Amino acid sequence: MSRSTKKGPYVEPSLMKKIAVMNQAKDKKVVKTWSRDSSVFPEMVGHTIAIHDGKKHVPIFITENMVGHLLGEFAPTRRFRAHGHHTEKSAALK
Amino acid sequence: MARIAGVDIPRDKRVEVALTYIYGIGPSVARRVLTIANVDPNARVKTLSDEQVGRLRDVIDKEVKVEGDLRREVALNIKRLQEIGTYRGLRHRRGLPVRGQRTRTNARTRRGPRKTVGVKKKTVEKK
Repeated sequence: MSRSTKKGPYVEPSLMKKIAVMNQAKDKKVVKTWSRDSSVFPEMVGHTIAIHDGKKHVPIFITENMVGHLLGEFAPTRRFRAHGHHTEKSAALK
Repeated sequence: MARIAGVDIPRDKRVEVALTYIYGIGPSVARRVLTIANVDPNARVKTLSDEQVGRLRDVIDKEVKVEGDLRREVALNIKRLQEIGTYRGLRHRRGLPVRGQRTRTNARTRRGPRKTVGVKKKTVEKK
């Protein structure tokens, strides 16, 4: 389940670089990322990160108590849209 | 009557076992508490002196989080997960298994008694 503490938390270097640049410039833009396995770092608090869910980027505003979680936890990859109804279309199949 | 950590009054059993009746104390914590308090794990609760019971109470007060406090901590953790919108929080909200278990079958502990769903028939008019 958890990653070894010896290694420390993982974060995509390129993502961290973008955040660092924005923090320096006091700039807040939405950053798109595919890196669902990156941890949320304290530096990211206050930014909006668009996390890929396999199809699109879900914008998530990072708050303080999200620190330590992984980005992927905030962008669900599955969407459940109710079980089949008897519609005209499905009735026609019989 | 031995009253430890609020309401729990286990009697007649060995202390080692009796302590596990407290929410938050299992077999291993019970044994740890008993070594710290220096009480024989095999003694029956009713044979304990007031002073021994007092020692147990002190150790549990200081060393372990039990009952209400522990329940509150757990509830807060779940609430936090739900508020920050994690996948785990979502599963808690839906009352489904949180740790990736299958839900095609089983998962009855989380989902409760079976409820047959059936497909709702949407008025199929016109020929």
